[in-house]
Amino acid sequence: MPDVTFKVFRGDAKGGQAIDYPVPIAPGMVVLDALHYIQGYLAPDLAVRWNCKAAKCGSCSAEVNGKPALMCKTRLDSLPTGRPITVYPMKTFPVIKDLVCDVSWNYDVNKKIPPYRPAKDGRKIYQEDVDRVQEFRKCIECFLCQDVCHVLREHEKKAEFAGPRFFVRLAGLEMHPNDITDRSEFLKNSSGLGLCNITKCCTEVCPEEIHITDNAIIPLKERVADRFFDPLRWVFAKIFGRK
Amino acid sequence: MNYETHEHDVLVIGAGGAGLRAAVEVSAKGLSVGVVSKSLLGKAHTVMAEGGIAAAMANVDAKDSWQTHFSDTMKGGKFLNNWRMAQLHAQESPDRIRELEDWGALFDRTPDGEILQRAFGGHTYKRLCHVGDRTGLEMIRTLQDKGVHSGIDVYMELTIFRLLKDGGKIAGAIGYWRKTGEFVVFKTKAIVLATGGGGKAYQITSNSWECTGDGHALAYEAGAELIDMEFFQFHPTGMVWPPGVKGLLVTEGVRGEGGLLTNNKKERFMQRYDPKMMELSTRDMVARSIYTEVKEGRGSPHGGVFLDISHLAAERVKKKLPSMYHQFKELADVDITREPMEVGPTAHYMMGGVRVDAETGASTIPGLFACGEVTGGMHGANRLGGNSLSDLVVFGRRAGMGAAEYARKLNSFPLLDQGELEKAAKDMETPFQRSGDENPYQIHRELQESMQSLVGIFRMEEDLKKGINKIEELKHRAAKLAVKGERTYNPGWHLVGDLKSLLTVSEAVANAALTRKESRGAHSRIDYPNMDEKFGKLNVVVSRKNGEMNISTSPVPEMPEELKRLLAENK
Ligand SMILES: Cc1cc2nc3c(=O)[nH]c(=O)nc-3n(C[C@H](O)[C@H](O)[C@H](O)COP(=O)(O)OP(=O)(O)OC[C@H]3O[C@@H](n4cnc5c(N)ncnc54)[C@H](O)[C@@H]3O)c2cc1C
Ligand code: SF4
Ligand code: SF4
Ligand code: FES
Repeated sequence: MPDVTFKVFRGDAKGGQAIDYPVPIAPGMVVLDALHYIQGYLAPDLAVRWNCKAAKCGSCSAEVNGKPALMCKTRLDSLPTGRPITVYPMKTFPVIKDLVCDVSWNYDVNKKIPPYRPAKDGRKIYQEDVDRVQEFRKCIECFLCQDVCHVLREHEKKAEFAGPRFFVRLAGLEMHPNDITDRSEFLKNSSGLGLCNITKCCTEVCPEEIHITDNAIIPLKERVADRFFDPLRWVFAKIFGRK
Repeated sequence: MNYETHEHDVLVIGAGGAGLRAAVEVSAKGLSVGVVSKSLLGKAHTVMAEGGIAAAMANVDAKDSWQTHFSDTMKGGKFLNNWRMAQLHAQESPDRIRELEDWGALFDRTPDGEILQRAFGGHTYKRLCHVGDRTGLEMIRTLQDKGVHSGIDVYMELTIFRLLKDGGKIAGAIGYWRKTGEFVVFKTKAIVLATGGGGKAYQITSNSWECTGDGHALAYEAGAELIDMEFFQFHPTGMVWPPGVKGLLVTEGVRGEGGLLTNNKKERFMQRYDPKMMELSTRDMVARSIYTEVKEGRGSPHGGVFLDISHLAAERVKKKLPSMYHQFKELADVDITREPMEVGPTAHYMMGGVRVDAETGASTIPGLFACGEVTGGMHGANRLGGNSLSDLVVFGRRAGMGAAEYARKLNSFPLLDQGELEKAAKDMETPFQRSGDENPYQIHRELQESMQSLVGIFRMEEDLKKGINKIEELKHRAAKLAVKGERTYNPGWHLVGDLKSLLTVSEAVANAALTRKESRGAHSRIDYPNMDEKFGKLNVVVSRKNGEMNISTSPVPEMPEELKRLLAENK
């Protein structure tokens, strides 16, 4: 099998540059396989974050040929042949080293979201209730949607904007059949929901194919409007579980 | 030296299902608790669990009961299990699942709104609660959010490399931040080990990079006993192609939903090995059957067998097995709703581990508790699918309670021995000062090859001895490894530490396998192909004596009469 050249970012917060590595290609190979080859034979100190290598844990996010992607899911045969493949860390988060960036901001945001609180006499849950929120609960926290969203990527509004990943989480909580927490204050004043202008870039990049904009963000925006224009309707909906 | 130091009543090492459940319990008891993990929060191996969590809730099969679950578990484990663990597990898992639901987890439902349960190998009734095939993700997110909002301190991407003692009892631990490479010291009254398994000792494995048996090695070094180390579960169905994903798990849920195993002659070969249970036989049996089919020339093009679910409606496959559908479509160009998968055995789960007290998770070292895959005893010689996730929450809670109670009784923090601390730090640092060309990845590759070929599914004395010699050689080479680069996020350096654990675990597995001169459950000896009643009454125990690995045996705990009767009735 022929070699392919990988141009991999090597460096840290202070700066760095892409280094070329020749990698032999095998059938069905993914980008993460190539990086493991580089670690195993050429550069043992190359920093890469990964766990499952099965697109299930959301650890291996990076920018391959300029496009945010999971490295363990990006097949080499899906990339153009005959030229080097570039691998850079996610741009929206500060680099720690090489391909690993500091994503701790996301964990701080998560902590601020008012948690799940069950109704005292929780009602029976049916499959349709589970199906409704399933989509949001599939999220593997790869943070690719955060990486790609211009509010964070270009405008650096991390202080004001929770980002698509957490709109997904909020939608999952809000539509949970037995949750009774009132998050309307948080949604309106702290989440930065209003900063999203529905460009749908987040939806396009999500490896779990979650319809972030249509199914999470837009309903949340509607809810905020409803709640603040018509509090009575909201209370009614809460009591009858049709939030 | 002055190191960054943190103080907690209880330190939990590991943020998988077991560690998080333990931490929630400690925190509920009003004590301060820290949780450390090698990866980011929510990425632990538990996230990969697919098929489901076993509990006799009797939602689908009304006849199910803890008694049947207990009997199935003991039978699956070839009666080598710690009966009390198996009993507590069967009795308490339904409550632990309801509790997960109270904390916000959502499982698939029956038409009348109960938690749905599916069939799995070795379980008499439909018993596995699940949500599609991403049960582990649902569990870990639920526990993660519960934990974060219970005031647990989480230390992510921090690797513990030594437990510290004050005289005989636990006093703390030392680790390092992957981000900076700086050392961190924890002062603590009790430690709960929840570090998961060690599948990375094998070449073909379903396990993630973290599964290097650190907890087994940390406990062993601290003087705790390990039991049942010879029992390593090979899951019958891992992917065999393409090469990059060899070993990646194909959930037993595929067979639970009706998937059929065939060879290249289109025979349902399980007919030959277990005509009664067929595809839903226990994992040890199915793995050996597949291995034999392939070896005798009846395998698939890439050295596995066929697993076919395409007779079900495509929509149903996509709904019940969505990640399998995507996994094959994206990684192997196979549409499982139309064509069969190719599968073969993959190293999956360690039945062996730290010997613990069933009620409290206490190890043989005062102050050291353990839960989850790092423990031994619960599953005996072979684990049933779905019994791990339930094990995590049942014994995570119990170890949390045990550690909290122990910590509460200590009036003050034990003292850290400065000498011990400095030595641990120095051991970890020296690879940077050495020079040499040996690459840690090379040693890992050689270890994996040897374990795969010499200490794999079928074993014999000659191979095991060869394996032990190879491990010895690798230990010497590993002790001289030099590391290049800086301390910040250096995977080569990390691997030097991981290798130490992997070598200890491998040595324990190979020696225990040599000691058990019979075939039972996941341990198959070509030179001793039958079960031997004498060994059926013994657990093999691994511990450290005078710096050397010591292998002994101890009697399997005697079951009370009423449980013996129960097993006889459920035969
Ligand atoms: C693909 C797959 C599918 C599975 N499906 C099922 C299923 O459907 N049902 C079922 O019952 N079982 C299943 N299992 C088995 C089950 O998932 C595992 O046994 C279980 O998740 C182990 O959980 P744990 O909490 O013990 O450890 P893990 O989830 O492995 O977590 C270990 C934790 O310890 C940390 N750690 C390890 N070493 C150190 C160290 N030195 N310092 C700091 N932290 C450390 C890690 O970072 C991690 O956070 C499956 C396993 C695999 C591989
Ligand atoms: S739709 Fe909203 S959240 Fe998504 S990328 Fe665009 S601005 Fe960001
Ligand atoms: S919503 Fe999708 S893209 Fe965003 S973090 Fe979750 S899985 Fe990743
Ligand atoms: S390594 Fe888990 S998603 Fe890629």
